[in-house]
Amino acid sequence: MATRLAELVDRARQGDHGAFEELVRATYMDAYTLAYRLTGDEEDARDVVQEAYLRAYRGLKRFRGEAQFTTWLYRITANCASSTLGKRARHRHDVLEDDELLEASSRLDPAEHADRGAVRERLKAALAELPPRLRAVVVLRDVYDLPHEAIAAELGISEAAAKVRLHRARRKLRERLYPLAGEEEGGDRRAV
Amino acid sequence: MIGVRCEEVAEFLPGVADGSATLSDAAVWHVERCLRCQAELVQYRKLLRALRTIRTEVLEPTPGLLTDILATISESGERHAVRQLLSGRRVASVGGIAAATAAGAAGAVVLATMSRRGRLRLAS
Repeated sequence: MATRLAELVDRARQGDHGAFEELVRATYMDAYTLAYRLTGDEEDARDVVQEAYLRAYRGLKRFRGEAQFTTWLYRITANCASSTLGKRARHRHDVLEDDELLEASSRLDPAEHADRGAVRERLKAALAELPPRLRAVVVLRDVYDLPHEAIAAELGISEAAAKVRLHRARRKLRERLYPLAGEEEGGDRRAV
Repeated sequence: MIGVRCEEVAEFLPGVADGSATLSDAAVWHVERCLRCQAELVQYRKLLRALRTIRTEVLEPTPGLLTDILATISESGERHAVRQLLSGRRVASVGGIAAATAAGAAGAVVLATMSRRGRLRLAS
């Protein structure tokens, strides 16, 4: 798959539009999946993916092939998603703090969440409930394996901030999915 | 569990779980004797495994996304081509105006020179 994509990238860089079209066909569902996981909204995800491919198309000559095409595309997608989320936050006028967002979303549908048995489903639900700023970092790092440096660059934050957000996201997910004694009902996380 | 508290260790447990962090000797000593920290470490490992499993899952968008992407790129390509064409024409027309101006100026110089020579000849 990677070799096939590399060949397509080479041809596309030489101006072969058909090769770029094939690249899109081969990768767009993956890019959409990432965009959806980052934005949590289908319409936003579609916009993000379109913008990401447009940027990839325009910047293809600058892609030097040191990284895999998909990794490069993930970075562009993350950057576009970050812009979309930023715009969305500005339109809301009142940007909620991370904890407020998490608490607000946790109140939405507890009955539905209680019925979900499978870990994967519970994990996806927990991810969807994370504030977007935290979700972006944990998805890019722990699901898509992007390095901290790349995550920081694409989200427009410092590497230290990316690490702090990752830590917070993992802790919130762990508390939600695998609560320890005393954490189940929003209690203090440890007694020791 | 002397010297190090759970709260201090907790910060490093996710990093230990993914192999990016190591604990100090005192923290290792603490974790080896603290069931709560051990449980928390195990839970982080489970969480990271679960996160990796969703990597293989692909969500299917509602129909039309591929067409939309290709149309966006195509439009962009066409716009780019039109821009290049227009900028090419602009360069050509600016060049034409410059050439005409230069030719006009040269003609004026020639005429001026000729009329001065004519006046000199008449005077002599």
